[in-house]
Amino acid sequence: MPSELILKYMREEHLPHIWCPGCGHGILMRNVAQAIKNLGIDQEKVCLVSGIGCASRAAGYMDFQTMHTTHGRAIAYATGVKMARPDLEVIVIAGDGDCAAIGGNHLIHAARRNIGITVIVFNNDIYGMTGGQYSPTTPHGEFGTTAPYGNIDRPFDIAVLAAGAGASYVAKGTTYHAQQTIKLIENGIKHKGFSLIDCAGICPTYYGRKNKKGGAVEMMRYQRDNTITVEQAAKMTREEKEGKLILGKIAENDFPEFSDEYQKIIDRLKEGK
Amino acid sequence: MTKKLIVNPSWCKGCGICVEFCPKKVLKVVKEKITVVNYDDCIKCGLCELRCPDYAIYIEEVRDEE
Ligand SMILES: Cc1ncc(C[n+]2csc(CCOP(=O)(O)OP(=O)(O)O)c2C)c(N)n1
Ligand code: SF4
Ligand code: SF4
Ligand code: SF4
Ligand SMILES: [Mg+2]
Repeated sequence: MPSELILKYMREEHLPHIWCPGCGHGILMRNVAQAIKNLGIDQEKVCLVSGIGCASRAAGYMDFQTMHTTHGRAIAYATGVKMARPDLEVIVIAGDGDCAAIGGNHLIHAARRNIGITVIVFNNDIYGMTGGQYSPTTPHGEFGTTAPYGNIDRPFDIAVLAAGAGASYVAKGTTYHAQQTIKLIENGIKHKGFSLIDCAGICPTYYGRKNKKGGAVEMMRYQRDNTITVEQAAKMTREEKEGKLILGKIAENDFPEFSDEYQKIIDRLKEGK
Repeated sequence: MTKKLIVNPSWCKGCGICVEFCPKKVLKVVKEKITVVNYDDCIKCGLCELRCPDYAIYIEEVRDEE
């Protein structure tokens, strides 16, 4: 028998999931369930949307209203759901490829509009599902099947990108720091506008192997030993921050929310003004 | 209420994360499955539950018998 949390918020008949041994996605998915439980949100009022990728399989495992859509487009579908049903708590789970490569344009424009959805990025710095190709978050110099001699791209910082594009709540979590990350996800869901929680993931099968980072245990240890808080990061130089993960809130603002603004127009026109 | 440590070896994939980060060295992976080797040392902190990717270990609160 699984725990009460898993019984309530997961589709037990589909577990154990097909993610690899030690895949961080399992830990992050539990964090999402725990955050929703802590907030006491009615399960029927949560719509979880995902695209395609290992991360995106979460929509199949989690027991809410769920949509497993197409690669890169989860935020576009979620925008549609939120506009039709602003009363729903719309949550997107996306991989780094899904969210920042093919889906990058949807991401920045949803952030710009400040539509009230929460995006939780399971950011393992690689395309896990398709065999370890480098993604827009793979660090410079690291390896992937498509970067056999080292990645010459410079990576996106998805959190900073979202904040720059206008997202009104942005935070960074890690797989190792589950307790803190649960809290950040809670804050993101509670927040009214567009929220994004960029969670440092763990893909032992591809990222770990390609980059000789060891297995899941070694990758978790690395996160434990190399994570700094937003406050510590603010006092460090770029060189000092090299290879470090950041934990905490990056941005919070009370910009007007998109579905609210749309409703205001409807109300105004109804009054004939 | 009493807390109990429960394992579900059939869901365990033997990744070793819970073993490594258990503060009391209660756990071991034996033949790729989670095994409790020091039950009496467990402080029911729940860190294993928080970090198990496969939900194969957790703390359950059980009502004390009168
Ligand atoms: C339109 C389209 N292009 C490409 C693919 C192939 N594809 C499937 S998943 C994926 C990337 C997965 O990486 P990420 O989003 O980081 O998720 P992860 O598997 O790492 O969790 C790609 C390129 C696809 N399914 N559809
Ligand atoms: S390939 Fe990587 S991301 Fe995909 S399930 Fe395996 S460990 Fe997880
Ligand atoms: S509850 Fe704490 S002490 Fe007990 S097995 Fe889990 S991690 Fe170890
Ligand atoms: S963390 Fe979970 S899957 Fe990994 S060894 Fe422990 S019980 Fe098994
Ligand atoms: Mg990925």
